Amino acid sequence: MEPKNKKPPSQDRREFLSGVARVAATTTAVLGGAALGALARVEAKADMPKQAVAEDSYDPSKHRWGFGVDATKCIGCLRCVEACKRENDVPQDAHHFRTWVERYVYLEGEEHARIDSQQDPVNIEASGSEREYRFANRYKGMKVEKAFFVPKLCNHCTHPACVQVCPVGATYKTADGAVLIDHDYCIGCRYCVQACPYGARFFNEEKQVTDKCTWCYHRITKGLQPACVEVCPVSARVFGDLGDRESPISLFIRNNRVQVLKPETGNAPNVFYVGIDKEVS
Amino acid sequence: MPAVLDLAPYAGWVYPNETIIEWSVLIAVYPYITGLVAGAFTVSSLYQVFDMHRFKPVAHLALLTSLSFMLFVPLPLLLHLGHPERALNVMLTPHLTSAMAIFGYIATFYLGLLMLEGWFAFRPYIVEQAQQRSGPLGAFYRALTLGSHDVSGNAMHYDRKWIFALAVIGIPAAHGLHGYVGFIFGSLKSREWWSSDLMPLVFLFSAIISGVALVIAIYVGSCRLRRTPVDLDCLKGLACTLWGFIMVVIVLEGLEFANIVYKAREGIEAIIQYVTGPLLIPYFIIQFAIGAATPLLILTFLIWRGITGRALVAGVTVSASLVLISVMMMRWNVVIGGQEISKTGKGLLTYQMLIWGREGAITAAVLVFAPLAVLYGLVRLFPPSERWEAREDADTQVVGAAPEIASQPA
Repeated sequence: MEPKNKKPPSQDRREFLSGVARVAATTTAVLGGAALGALARVEAKADMPKQAVAEDSYDPSKHRWGFGVDATKCIGCLRCVEACKRENDVPQDAHHFRTWVERYVYLEGEEHARIDSQQDPVNIEASGSEREYRFANRYKGMKVEKAFFVPKLCNHCTHPACVQVCPVGATYKTADGAVLIDHDYCIGCRYCVQACPYGARFFNEEKQVTDKCTWCYHRITKGLQPACVEVCPVSARVFGDLGDRESPISLFIRNNRVQVLKPETGNAPNVFYVGIDKEVS
Repeated sequence: MPAVLDLAPYAGWVYPNETIIEWSVLIAVYPYITGLVAGAFTVSSLYQVFDMHRFKPVAHLALLTSLSFMLFVPLPLLLHLGHPERALNVMLTPHLTSAMAIFGYIATFYLGLLMLEGWFAFRPYIVEQAQQRSGPLGAFYRALTLGSHDVSGNAMHYDRKWIFALAVIGIPAAHGLHGYVGFIFGSLKSREWWSSDLMPLVFLFSAIISGVALVIAIYVGSCRLRRTPVDLDCLKGLACTLWGFIMVVIVLEGLEFANIVYKAREGIEAIIQYVTGPLLIPYFIIQFAIGAATPLLILTFLIWRGITGRALVAGVTVSASLVLISVMMMRWNVVIGGQEISKTGKGLLTYQMLIWGREGAITAAVLVFAPLAVLYGLVRLFPPSERWEAREDADTQVVGAAPEIASQPA
C-alpha cells in the first residue's frame, strides 16, 4: 500500500530544481560579492603604496587635504623633524629629511639673511648626533635685527613636477590631493628629485627608491594628524580638509593672508605659509 | 644601511636633501655616448643620403662606430638606477607625461634601425664571406645572410634604396634621440642652469661635433694602425663639417649663457659666483677656450691656407681630440654643474666623484672606451673600405666615388 502523503514525482523534481536554483543563486551571490569585494580591495590597494596604505574604509574622493605653516609661531625646537624621522623610518642622518626647519637671521648691517637648517655641521655639532637636532646658538653676541624659523615639507602640489616627470608613474597624486610614491614600482632614476623645485625629495639608499613626505598618509587616512603636526608644541603646523569649511586648515587660510613657495613654477603648492619673508623660497 | 659616500660639501644655503648629488658622472657619460652615436651617424648619412662621395672612406666606419656606441647607451642609466631590474617598466608601463618615458622606445627603434642599415650596407661582404669561408666563422656569415646570397646588380640597387630610406629615417631618429636628451634637462624648471629652450639644440649640435670628431680620430687612428694612407679629400671634408658645426655650437652655447646672465633672474648671483669660481676652468677654459675656440682657429687656419699632407692630418686630428674633450666637459658642466648650483639660488655644492664603485670614475671611463673595443671587433668582422665596396659601386653604377688613395691635393 502506498503512503498517503507521497508527492507526485513531478512535484519532487520541481522542489529539487527549485532548491538547486536557490543554492546556486546564493552561492553565486556570495562568491560574486566576495570576488567584487576582493577586486575592490585590490584596486584600492593598487592605488596606494605599501608604506602609505590607507584604511579600507577610507574614501580618498571625500577629502581634499591641505597643510598650513605659521612661521610666526615656530620656535625651532625641531620636535617635528625628529618625530617625522621616527614615524616614517627616515634614515637617521643629516642628509635625508621628509621635513626640516630653516632658520633666517638678519644681523644688523647685513642686507641678506643668514640661513641654516638642522643639518648644518655647526648645528649637528651642537646636538652631538646626526640623529638628534637642535639649532646651535651661533649668533650669540651678535646684533640680531630679525630672526624666524620656517618649517618645510613636500608641498603636495596641485600640478606636481615630480609626478609629471616620473617615467613609470610610480609617483602619483591621489584623489585627496596627497602626492605619494609606490616604492614597489619606483625604478630609482631620481628624475623626480631633480624636478622638485623645493628639495623635498631624497633618495633612500637602503631601499634604493625615492622618498618624501606623505603627510603621514597612514595616519591621516585613519583620522589622525600627521606626526609633525601632532608633536608641534606651538601649533605652528596646521593640517586638515580643505573641503570642510570648519577644518583647521580652512580656518587658517580664511583667517590669514597666506602665500605659497615659488608660485612662479606653476606647481600650485598645497602648503600655505603665514609670516615668511622675501628671502624664503 | 649602505654608507653614503657621495656627500657634497657646500657653501651658502642649500636644501638639506641637496647635500647628496644624485646624478653622478654616469649621467654625464650617458648624453656623451648618445651624442657620439648621433654625430657618427650624421657623417654616415652625409654619404648615404646627401651623396657626398668624399665621405665614402669613412661612411661605413661611421656606421659601425655609431652602432658600437649605441650598444652602450643604456648602460650608464642601468648602472645608475636604484632598481635596474625594474627598468623595463619604462617600456611596459610608460608614464607618457614624463620626458624620460619614451626613451626606451626611441633607443630601441634607433638600435634596430642601425643594425638593419648596417646589415644592408655590409651585405655584399657578408655574402662573399659566407661563400668563401668554412667553419664557425663561415656559419656565422651564412646565418647573417638570412638566406639571401643575391648580390646581383639589381639586388644591390634594391639594397641601396633600403640604405637610403633607412638613412633618411635615421637622421631625424638620431637627432631626435639626442635633442630629446637635451629636452630631459632643458624642460626642468627647478634649476636655472638647466631650464633653457636652447638646451635640446645645444645638445644636438654638440653631439654632431663630437660624432664628427670621433670619426676623424678613429679614421686617422685606424689608418695609422693599418699603415694605410689617409684620404685627404675625405679628411678635409670632415674638417669643414667640424668647423661649420663648431661655429653653430659656439653661437648656441654663447646665446644660452647670455640668456641666463642677461635675464638675471632669481639666483643669478650664485650662478655668476659659480661660473667665475669653480666653473671657470671646466667651462671657460676647457670647454670654450681649449675645446671650442682653439680647434676653430686651427681648422680655420688649415682651411684658409689650404694646408694639406701630414700637417692637415695632424691639425685636424688635434682639433678633433680637443672637441671630444670639450663636449665631454660640456656634458659634465651641464649635468654636474646644474646640481652644484643649489635650487635655493643661495648656495653652491661640490660634487666629489668616486674613483671606484658602480658610479665611479673607473666605471665612467670604461663605458666611454669600451665601445672602441666593440668597434675593433666589428671592424674585424665587417671591414669597411674594402674592395667589396668598390664592387658595390660598380654594380650600382654609382659615379663620382673618390678612390681611396693618399695625398690628393685639396
